[in-house]
Amino acid sequence: MKSIYGCIRGLLLAACCVTLAWAQSSTEEAIAEYRAMFGDENPAELWQIRGEELWTTPRGPKNVALAGCDLGLGAGIVTGAYAQLPRWFEDTQRVQDLESRLVSCLTDLQGLDEAELLKSRFGDGAKKSDLEALTAYIVAASRGHTMSVSIAHPAAQAAYDLGHGVFYYRAGPHDFSCATCHGESGKRIRLQVLPKLLDPVGARYAYTSWPGYRVSQGELRTMEWRLQDCFRQQRLPQLRYGSEVAIGLTMFLAKNAEGGIMTAPNITR
Amino acid sequence: MADPMRIRAALVGDKVDVKILMAHEMETGLRKDGEGNVVPARYIVNVSATCNERTVLSALWGASVAKNPFLAFRFTGAAKGDKLKVTWTDSDGDTRTDEVVIG
Repeated sequence: MKSIYGCIRGLLLAACCVTLAWAQSSTEEAIAEYRAMFGDENPAELWQIRGEELWTTPRGPKNVALAGCDLGLGAGIVTGAYAQLPRWFEDTQRVQDLESRLVSCLTDLQGLDEAELLKSRFGDGAKKSDLEALTAYIVAASRGHTMSVSIAHPAAQAAYDLGHGVFYYRAGPHDFSCATCHGESGKRIRLQVLPKLLDPVGARYAYTSWPGYRVSQGELRTMEWRLQDCFRQQRLPQLRYGSEVAIGLTMFLAKNAEGGIMTAPNITR
Repeated sequence: MADPMRIRAALVGDKVDVKILMAHEMETGLRKDGEGNVVPARYIVNVSATCNERTVLSALWGASVAKNPFLAFRFTGAAKGDKLKVTWTDSDGDTRTDEVVIG
């Protein structure tokens, strides 16, 4: 009798596992199919178009375009720049990711107000974010480029180490760290796969596909948004835009994704 | 002013394959903002596409069309180099027209 029950239980368990595995793979496949249906027609393009306009049009109190903005490859050079960010910048004496670098350019070159810029750092419907649009345009210019981030400068190495430390730092009411969800492969939240961000495979998969057009929000979201939302999900204090921690984590992820081919802006759930 | 559309039009065989991305909020009028106030309805009501003075597509839309809509269609009777003009008009009377050369 016992063995029959055991057998039935075993079968039920097996059935559950099969259903779960099937559901997971079919969700993945469905998402892949959904992306394929869009093909090149990703709404992120609407942000790219607006970003290009923002990049080339003279704006701000100083009425200049961003041709003088150095993203690391020289003034005004956009192609391939994102694949080598974050990096050390001599002029600001800081390690910067793309978003914080854009804030520097918009404030220093165009004379825009930083506080005003950061108020609309994340777009919401009619309230559009210039930073998200510019990011979309610049990231798109790195499509097909290989991730290659240098940590040769001591400050860049320090940023990487900080990001590494924060990745494992458990805090907040749930005692969560990034590693809790992203430290092992094969984990998921409901049916969403959580990539292991320490592995080149997982890190490349995640890093090269951001920023992305988030269908559920109808907005394009950047890496700064992704990180601050991870902090929110962990119930940690709000992550400051362009802060040392945000840049450190970005540096850590970008370096782990070394060798990956940029595909962003992507389309996500 | 409304943001530009992204239009692609390519001749495949004897048909022109058109793909259009429009930048529009497409507010249904059913949503509420953070303060609980109804966000007023505003959506595209009319889309038309013309090629060589000939209307090749005319559509009446409503609030059920998604935000940042994507529209794809095919039509015959055009050659490479012809111009395709697409116009949308929304419920507030705002309008946007973009033109693309068929490739």
